[in-house]
Amino acid sequence: MGIEELVPDGILTTTVEKMVNWARRSSLWPATFGLACCAIEMMATSAARYDLARFGAEVFRASPRQADLMIVAGRVSKKMAPVLKRIYDQMPEPKWVISMGACASCGGIFNNYAIVQGVDTVVPVDVYVPGCPPRPEALIYGIMKLQEKIDRQRLKGPDSAPEIGPPAANESSSASA
Amino acid sequence: MTTATSSEFKTITINMGPQHPSTHGVLRLVIGLDGETVVSLKPVVGYLHTGMEKSMESKNYHKSITVTDRMDYLSPLGNNMAYVSAVEQLMNLEIPERAQVLRVILLELTRISSHLVWLGTHAIDLGAMSVFLYCFREREKLLDVNDMVAGSRLTPSYFRVGGFYQDVPDTFVPHVRTFLEEFPIALSEYQNLLTKNRIWMKRTIGVGVIPPENAIDLALTGPSLRGSGIRYDVRKARPYSGYETYDFEIPLGKNGDVYDRYLCRIEEMKQSLSIVRQGLDRLKPGTVRADNPYLFPADRTDVKQNMEELIYHFKIMSEGYSPPPGDAYFSIESPKGELGFYVVSDGTSIPHRTRVRPPSLINLQALEDMCLGRMVADVVACIGSIDIVLGEVDR
Repeated sequence: MGIEELVPDGILTTTVEKMVNWARRSSLWPATFGLACCAIEMMATSAARYDLARFGAEVFRASPRQADLMIVAGRVSKKMAPVLKRIYDQMPEPKWVISMGACASCGGIFNNYAIVQGVDTVVPVDVYVPGCPPRPEALIYGIMKLQEKIDRQRLKGPDSAPEIGPPAANESSSASA
Repeated sequence: MTTATSSEFKTITINMGPQHPSTHGVLRLVIGLDGETVVSLKPVVGYLHTGMEKSMESKNYHKSITVTDRMDYLSPLGNNMAYVSAVEQLMNLEIPERAQVLRVILLELTRISSHLVWLGTHAIDLGAMSVFLYCFREREKLLDVNDMVAGSRLTPSYFRVGGFYQDVPDTFVPHVRTFLEEFPIALSEYQNLLTKNRIWMKRTIGVGVIPPENAIDLALTGPSLRGSGIRYDVRKARPYSGYETYDFEIPLGKNGDVYDRYLCRIEEMKQSLSIVRQGLDRLKPGTVRADNPYLFPADRTDVKQNMEELIYHFKIMSEGYSPPPGDAYFSIESPKGELGFYVVSDGTSIPHRTRVRPPSLINLQALEDMCLGRMVADVVACIGSIDIVLGEVDR
């Protein structure tokens, strides 16, 4: 009953937005950014039993310039925070951050002088995965939640991914107000 | 056109890490290179500093056990063991036979799972991806054991001062027996992939040599020391938890290179299997708690029915136990080397000071000696061969 009847078989009609979102969510490339215990569970997630490849997110890239997802796996010390920010800045847009584990999300059991109390004080976080460390199933669930979030993204308008470059003057003033 | 002849023009300094796939975490190396040859190498640590020793000064003895898990997160039970044994030494506790045997079994299983992560990541660093996948396949079975006994895969916190809080479930022994049957086959698979592999041998034989006298001077311990042919293992030198009654060998290397350390660890896994088998054979029913009224809370049904038991439960849960004033040092053979805990008690329920002897940090000192004069690609092989965990290096 639609335009599909008029075009040959094997052609689908969709919106550019849906197609772009589908492409983005189906091949997330995480940056290799293991910090502590959670990194071992992150490795286990990509290994034989849990096989993150089923969700299209197994290509761990050593260079942040090739990655669009940062999984902050482990506690972030105050010495590491500037490095983390720098790696985040090196990733090309659009990019997402998963905060894996209690330490990355809120400092966990280490409420002391050395540990940043939540990586969201350094970079914007899209999905928090609780656990100490989270089981691989939990991380996979977090990635699936992120995929749902990407699916809802708009190419234009208020929900779209942030533009590259410095924020507009009115935006920064409203943020500080 | 002029060419620079002075050596300072020829040397370039590169920065490796802290975000690098082959530095096993967040180690940073500042390497001076002449062409491709390493002329200077300086590790920069502290990117994962967590303030654990300081944190333990504000927690009571019981709560600090969870902190030790997150130190060397590849062998959490090893850290539990070293810490609780130090406190047990302070309190002069006698651990029941069953708890001692269970501890040995779990410690050896943890040693295997730690060595599996080492083997997988070491191989991936040198370009053999598939070994990693195989190693993690077997490791999952060991994490299932942790899950079974403590409900957590990676950070079980299963050991308690005075033994265990709960005995292992009935499924424990059959599961470990199945693992004992399956693992030797898997281990021979890994060796088929690597031991006589020509690329592996070229990348490891003669690389990162540490002569025996240097190994002693650098205070190396664990497989990094035994790869150089020095017979020192805490399980034999100062046996704990009944290790003196088990029959096992200490594998030694000859040349002290990366390949020998690899062979040592592979052989250690076989010896661990044999220890686990002996442990399972001598496992007899019995209590797993030391005979001390201050350590473990009363039975739940009693707590719900008796006033005294409730008060007693509350007292143990909120305040904890207080070892007599004094200090104790206890070291065990962790998969990385000699792991020691020094605990100072001032008679309260909170330790005055806790200090760790981290084998990874001390073994890391050898990296410079190993790498000087070699190619930059060998640095990766050397880091893998000393098996460091940054959680333990930085604490």
